[in-house]
Amino acid sequence: MNAALHVAGTLALCTVVAGPLAGARWVWRAPRTGILLWQMLGLTWVMSVVGLLLALGLAPYDAPIPVALGRWAADAVRGDVTPLAVLVVLGLLSALDLVIGLLWTWWSVLRVRRRHRDVLALVARRDDAAPGALVLDHPHVVAYCVPGARSAVVLSSGALSALAKDELDAVLGHEHAHGRERHDLVLLPFSALCAVLPRVRLVRSAAQAVALLVEMRADESASLRHGALPLAAALRRFGAVRPPEGALGAADIAVEARLDRLAGLPPLPPVLRWSVLVAGLVLVSTPVSFLVF
Amino acid sequence: MVNRLGELERAAMDVLWDRGEPVAVREVVRALADRDLAYTTVMTVLNRLAKKGFVRREAGEGRAWYYAPVASREEYVARLMLDALSLTGDRETALAHFAQSVTEPEAEALSQALDER
Repeated sequence: MNAALHVAGTLALCTVVAGPLAGARWVWRAPRTGILLWQMLGLTWVMSVVGLLLALGLAPYDAPIPVALGRWAADAVRGDVTPLAVLVVLGLLSALDLVIGLLWTWWSVLRVRRRHRDVLALVARRDDAAPGALVLDHPHVVAYCVPGARSAVVLSSGALSALAKDELDAVLGHEHAHGRERHDLVLLPFSALCAVLPRVRLVRSAAQAVALLVEMRADESASLRHGALPLAAALRRFGAVRPPEGALGAADIAVEARLDRLAGLPPLPPVLRWSVLVAGLVLVSTPVSFLVF
Repeated sequence: MVNRLGELERAAMDVLWDRGEPVAVREVVRALADRDLAYTTVMTVLNRLAKKGFVRREAGEGRAWYYAPVASREEYVARLMLDALSLTGDRETALAHFAQSVTEPEAEALSQALDER
């Protein structure tokens, strides 16, 4: 029962912490730390759910989970099954579900990207005004990154004409940071969780929080090279193209938050950054220690 | 080699888009005469485009095959824009966009560009 209690405690802690963390402003001051913390939190949560089911189902064996699982499997083969087997099977199935969800999300993302690249190769052009980027002739103001082993940064001609030179550099810096740091891989596990658990609000708000942190990290990288002012000006231009219509969407709120951050949130002191990372490591080590040893 | 093929695919596609009617291989060879390409090279390029679903192949007069683009250049650009703005319903993490800046009517106009066939 010891394992079950520990894992249940960790699960409860993760669940309680995730809500406030999704709305916390202090992580904006250290986006990379925030991203790492979310990865650890997500991993802990997933392992705790699986671990709790296994620990409860295997409680009668009174042995570490890997050992008990082996004995349980041997017993099950002999047809010696207790009602608690339901929990074990549920635990194994949810682990399988998560892995399949991750692979499926990865595969569908790759498919969309590949098609997108194929079309880009036919219709996008190079432009001296935006070195290193592909340009699409379209009046909408759009800038994005197609992530991958060789990432591509794409701009619309609308964006090209709407942005001043320094703003353009900042936007390109932002997109190149996405590609260079493989932010798509950071977001992938959370998209997969959203696909596996589409109706859990906490999962969705976690995914949104990570998406925002990823944007902030790209902002941070771009503003180090090109300055915060041109980047903020570019963000405002992207927003300004849109006439205000009714309520702000999630995307607009995110833009407001990014502007807030660029306007001068001080970086988090290293002591705090390291404390957060250590706390995350402690958290993640609990389910690992029970599932592996 | 991959890059060269990609570049040729693009050039061939430009020819097809410019003509606006099904075109035989030898006409594409002629249109790209300044590149001095072999007939078989152009045919390979067109068949690759057909395999990727960008080009339709139909039997013409005699034994010649005729090629036509499946969609206009504008439609492909509109499709990319929909992807870029996460409006296609595909999972949104495929691309990372700088900021959303599209209104409902604009999004509808983009979708309509694809429906008008």
